Amino acid sequence: MNIIEQLNSENVAKLAAEREVPEFASGDTVRIHVKVVEGTRERVQVFEGVCIARKNRGLNSSFTVRKISHGEGVERVFPLHSPRIAEIEVVKRGVVRRAKLYYLRGRRGKSARIREKRDDRATRAAKEEAKAISKKAAEKQTGADAE
Amino acid sequence: MTGSQSAQRRSGVIAEKLGMTRVFADDGKHVPVTVLKLESCQVTAQRTAESHGYSAVQLGAGKAKVKNVNAAMRGHFSKAKVEPKRVVAEFRVSEDALIDVGQEIQADHFATGQFVDVVGTSIGKGFAGGMKRHNFSGLRASHGVSISHRSLGSTGQCQDPGKVFKGKKMAGHMGAVRRTAQNLEVVSTDVERGLILIRGGVPGPESGFVFVSDAVKRDFPKDAPFPASLSGGGSEEGDSAEEAPVEAAAPEAEEAPVAQAPAAEDGADESAAPEDKKD
Repeated sequence: MNIIEQLNSENVAKLAAEREVPEFASGDTVRIHVKVVEGTRERVQVFEGVCIARKNRGLNSSFTVRKISHGEGVERVFPLHSPRIAEIEVVKRGVVRRAKLYYLRGRRGKSARIREKRDDRATRAAKEEAKAISKKAAEKQTGADAE
Repeated sequence: MTGSQSAQRRSGVIAEKLGMTRVFADDGKHVPVTVLKLESCQVTAQRTAESHGYSAVQLGAGKAKVKNVNAAMRGHFSKAKVEPKRVVAEFRVSEDALIDVGQEIQADHFATGQFVDVVGTSIGKGFAGGMKRHNFSGLRASHGVSISHRSLGSTGQCQDPGKVFKGKKMAGHMGAVRRTAQNLEVVSTDVERGLILIRGGVPGPESGFVFVSDAVKRDFPKDAPFPASLSGGGSEEGDSAEEAPVEAAAPEAEEAPVAQAPAAEDGADESAAPEDKKD
């Protein structure tokens, strides 16, 4: 690994230790808590919208969030590891078939909706676990019967 | 550069440009940085006012294969008892800032937040036209312009001067010249890996060698180690602990002892006149 990459990965590790980056992908609705400096005061502003693009470049990673504000489409590009972001909150997961959802720019209202992911990995894993438990119980039952 | 300021002048360093990246400052601001690496940057010779008429240190940096070093330089390096170097350069210093031959300069030679000038050889662009070389506008894309959209346009007047004036900006060779980027901030240094992070870009290609020295247009850096930050000798900092031994040891250097005469005037700066970055 060359030194630039080394420095970058160190920086990523340092910034990730300060603020965790949750797992999210394009199509997800996210709420970004941005630190805003007003004069001398610092406060947190929330920007909520659909993540329409992720760019994965290590330290230089970024993502684009789109929302409709007062009837006008607004997009903001955030550096993924920026210390100006206080928190990234995933509101819901969406079902999409593209990595970049630029097609949403030409859409409004109903056609710009994204279906919510119902069967995500966590619930599937929970289901499978439940299945395994019931299977085990059934096996026990049969074993007891055989005896 | 001249007069009273010449009393305090430290050596610079030779560094390799590794490339650029970004760091996030504590307040969350993003800072673009160039990463420079010091690779066995050692003193190979001294120039003293007594024997040469001016005081300077000659540094060498990088590791060269012995087969790639000519006999003359091999002899020079063996005299200084250092490994063969890829580049050698002189840095004018004031007499009290001379460093012993063989000493290695470390990355914390520069204090965080101080300003430096970086000299490098800019990336060669070959034979470039007026638009690229001098930011000419070129001709129009339409309205009857044919084949000469990127041409210079007029180069002068009519029969009256009857010639093109000397110095007229024209197409020609661009880049691959020595350039100085002045007043660049040192963002951080890393002694273990020998890295200096400098805000902004520096001239030259990646893996090219650059000369970094204290900014001539700024005040002398107070928190930087005075003669130099040297490795070995036990003290990592090389600050005040290193200062005394170096000065004491200076007379036993191979070159003649430091003369007591006032410092040779360093008006003729080795880093040439202040130039700006444009090629």
